Amino acid sequence: MNYFKQDLASLHADLVAKKLSAKELTQATFDNIKATDPKIDAFLALNEDAALDQAAKVDAAGIKEDQPLAGIPVAIKDNIVTKDLTTTAASKILTNFNPIYDATVTTKLADAQMITVGKTNMDEFAMGGSTETSAFKQTKNAWDQTKVPGGSSGGSAAAVASGQVVAALGTDTGGSIRQPAAFNGVVGMKPTYGRVSRWGLIAFGSSLDQIGPLTRGVKDNATILSTIAGHDEHDLTSSTQAVPDFAKDLNDATSVKGLRIGLPKEFLAEGVDEDVKNAILAAADTYRKLGATVDEVSLPHNKYGVAAYYIIASSEASSNLQRFDGIRYGYRAQDVKNLEDVYVKSRSEGFGDEVKRRIMLGTFSLSAGFYDAYFLKAAKVRTVIINDFKAVLKDHDFIMGPVAPTPAFDLGAEIKDPITMYMNDILTIPVNLAGLPGLSLPAGFSNNLPVGMQLIGRPFDESTLYKAGYAFEQSTDFHLQVPTLGGQN
Amino acid sequence: MNFETTIGLEVHIELKTNSKIFSPSPVAYGADPNANTNVIDFGYPGVLPTTNKGVVADGIIAALALHATVEQHTHFDRKNYFYPDNPKAYQITQSDKPIGHDGWVEVDVDGVKKKIGISEMHIEEDAGKNTHERDYSYVDLNRQGTPLIEIVSKPDIASPAEAYAYLEALRQRIQFTGISDVKMEEGSMRVDVNISVRPVGQEKFGTKTELKNLNSFNYVQRGLEYEEKRQQQVLMSGGAVQQETRRFDEKTGETILMRVKAGADDYRYFPEPDLPALNISDDWIKELGDAMPEMPTKRRERYVNELGLTDYDAMVITQTKEMSDFFDATVALKADPKMAANYLQGDVNAYLNDNHVDLQATKLKPANLAGMINLISDGTISSKMAKKVFKAITNGEEPKAFVEKNGLVQLSDPARLQPIVDDVLQSNPQSIEDFNNGKKRAVGFLVGQIMKQTHGQANPQVVNKLLMAALQQ
Repeated sequence: MNYFKQDLASLHADLVAKKLSAKELTQATFDNIKATDPKIDAFLALNEDAALDQAAKVDAAGIKEDQPLAGIPVAIKDNIVTKDLTTTAASKILTNFNPIYDATVTTKLADAQMITVGKTNMDEFAMGGSTETSAFKQTKNAWDQTKVPGGSSGGSAAAVASGQVVAALGTDTGGSIRQPAAFNGVVGMKPTYGRVSRWGLIAFGSSLDQIGPLTRGVKDNATILSTIAGHDEHDLTSSTQAVPDFAKDLNDATSVKGLRIGLPKEFLAEGVDEDVKNAILAAADTYRKLGATVDEVSLPHNKYGVAAYYIIASSEASSNLQRFDGIRYGYRAQDVKNLEDVYVKSRSEGFGDEVKRRIMLGTFSLSAGFYDAYFLKAAKVRTVIINDFKAVLKDHDFIMGPVAPTPAFDLGAEIKDPITMYMNDILTIPVNLAGLPGLSLPAGFSNNLPVGMQLIGRPFDESTLYKAGYAFEQSTDFHLQVPTLGGQN
Repeated sequence: MNFETTIGLEVHIELKTNSKIFSPSPVAYGADPNANTNVIDFGYPGVLPTTNKGVVADGIIAALALHATVEQHTHFDRKNYFYPDNPKAYQITQSDKPIGHDGWVEVDVDGVKKKIGISEMHIEEDAGKNTHERDYSYVDLNRQGTPLIEIVSKPDIASPAEAYAYLEALRQRIQFTGISDVKMEEGSMRVDVNISVRPVGQEKFGTKTELKNLNSFNYVQRGLEYEEKRQQQVLMSGGAVQQETRRFDEKTGETILMRVKAGADDYRYFPEPDLPALNISDDWIKELGDAMPEMPTKRRERYVNELGLTDYDAMVITQTKEMSDFFDATVALKADPKMAANYLQGDVNAYLNDNHVDLQATKLKPANLAGMINLISDGTISSKMAKKVFKAITNGEEPKAFVEKNGLVQLSDPARLQPIVDDVLQSNPQSIEDFNNGKKRAVGFLVGQIMKQTHGQANPQVVNKLLMAALQQ
């Protein structure tokens, strides 16, 4: 069956009307994955038997109108723990790791009766922007299999873009939802820090990490976020702010009328591809036509974001990843003589190069004698960046700009050049440092590759971003274009 | 050469909470290995800590009890190191903003009072335990996450005796707050010690050594005394003290080199990103302060100034909060304070020692001790009879009922005693003659005869009075 053109609401209507059963939809999803995944390698693990069982149960119980997600398949990024379903964060050190508990987000999706079909590929421990640091496989861009899918949530983005699933969860520490969403022409939301519980998310940069949805449309994205968001007693950094039904108000393309939008000049500066720049300028015109004003604004310290980020995120990661010591779970090196050997060999063999690079960078930044010059200085830069955003968002409803300086690049092109790879995150990283919500959505094409636009909002104001995203989507047709991969197409 | 000694103490106190500091697992002893654990204690991928508010409250209480300033805007930090009993490979503790700082306790060494400063106290999690058997090592994470308070002294302690007194003062004050059992023998109080000596007049502190395996206050003092002498001898013989860790040998009373410190460890402290900063309100501090029991020093002052106890009695009674509370409750029931103090130090303590029990685990009740003391005071029973009554109240019996049931009431009514006195005098003319001849001992014989006739129930004071009146007629 072909459900590529259907959104969550229409699938839900078909399920309620029994035109389609959850089991049929789930089976079709696996069929599509099997047909297309040899080309894009989006999945690390499939949950076929359990998913089909669960779908049958959902069918047996009957799907009601107030269960908008019941019976609909979803893919989960592999750094989110799923009970009894192998979770590796794409690292050898977690080979065959079967969690004994569920993340809060997967519990919430299960409560909404979504069907988890599998775990998606990613950069190892979410460290990377191309999904090339995965220890297991190389995911390809859904539009062009010679290009990277972006990262680190490359598997989730490619799975959604290729029509394998209608929705997937990703995680975003410095752009890891927004950038692969942009590279694959789908919608990705990095919620406000604290909007979604991190319980069960294998930590990379604890003060930056957020889980968010990737979908083909804005409305679907809003529906998923409402389902996974909210305070969690397991995560004291999760906010007690009320969670609106984000999708409810998305029916009016003119809702941006009167809004003030800031377009930072730094976001279109040198290094940003001409096609990307033009797509954003065109998007600004679209918003003006819809009755919004778009002003040039400035985020003067944006350029320091990447440096501050790689110190803070790597410092936190160096500590977070110490628990992978070969003692209690995951990979343990053989041929060891003593305890130190277990640690050193398990970690040396279990972690990939990029992860080791960041552990070393973070360990150095926190070391006695260097802490003030690196970690502390980076923390101060972070405050300055937060203040930049505050100043602009004081009299602007949101900020718009590109997601990444370029469309998807060639496989293998940047993986050997970490600095170039890091600079790809220059437009997404400051949003994580400031803890703000960022929405990535399709805004054009460059040589048949999608170009993404990023909308950045005030803390906990995902609503405005979804409204603005929806209005843009209604006025354009970028989101309606789909890659051709075979399978269901 | 004259030396002065500087001693530093780091005391870890285990808090008596129901659950762990960062996970809902129970804090309990004697469970099977790893029974009191969950995914948080195991440092599973994806888990997050949550702060037990009760532990923060205990930290505030400890700060107040030790005259420290409560840090109202504080946070947790990570201390990074690898060890199998430390599953996250970091300990969540407090580094740059401990919950309390700049406190003190007063000690009394041989009548000299001195304030010992406390530089800081912080709340943190305990690690698990590694055990080694034959060719295997085992990790038990039951203790992982047990809440601790670490209390660090200022370099004010100048002798091993002061160290002992400081520990005793700390133990007492913490014990009175009820946040910990503070028992070294059970591990709920642990002491790390460092000591250095320097020639009098030298500004710079000497090189310090650390001592391990000090499992009682006595061992702390003895270990320090040995180490103080050893360092002095090293310096006097022209040598230099090495920065090292030494182990106290309980059998020989000596300290033995364990390891030489090669450079400082780098724990790469940084703020714990998984836990929000703590903002402690004035109201919360006040609420906890108002609910805090009276501290031992205050109680001692009250006992001496208002109840007329000696300094020594007051000190013994305030060894534990249970004893002191028991005393207060007994005195509140109108029992004579001096007698109450004597009974608690004497018969009660002997009973506790003989039976190896804590006061609160016995059937002794303040009401019954007060009842017994009041029966003695009003002459109903003699102190000799009180021995039997005491035994009864240790079994939870009500003293007045026990005395009546067993006919232990003292015969104090002169009208009832007079005929017996007369009868004994009539039967013993020789004794009267002896008395008249100046032999005062005869009175003792006559009293004995009267006691015999009354089966020991006669009030000796009344008997004496009646007897003397009759003899001097």
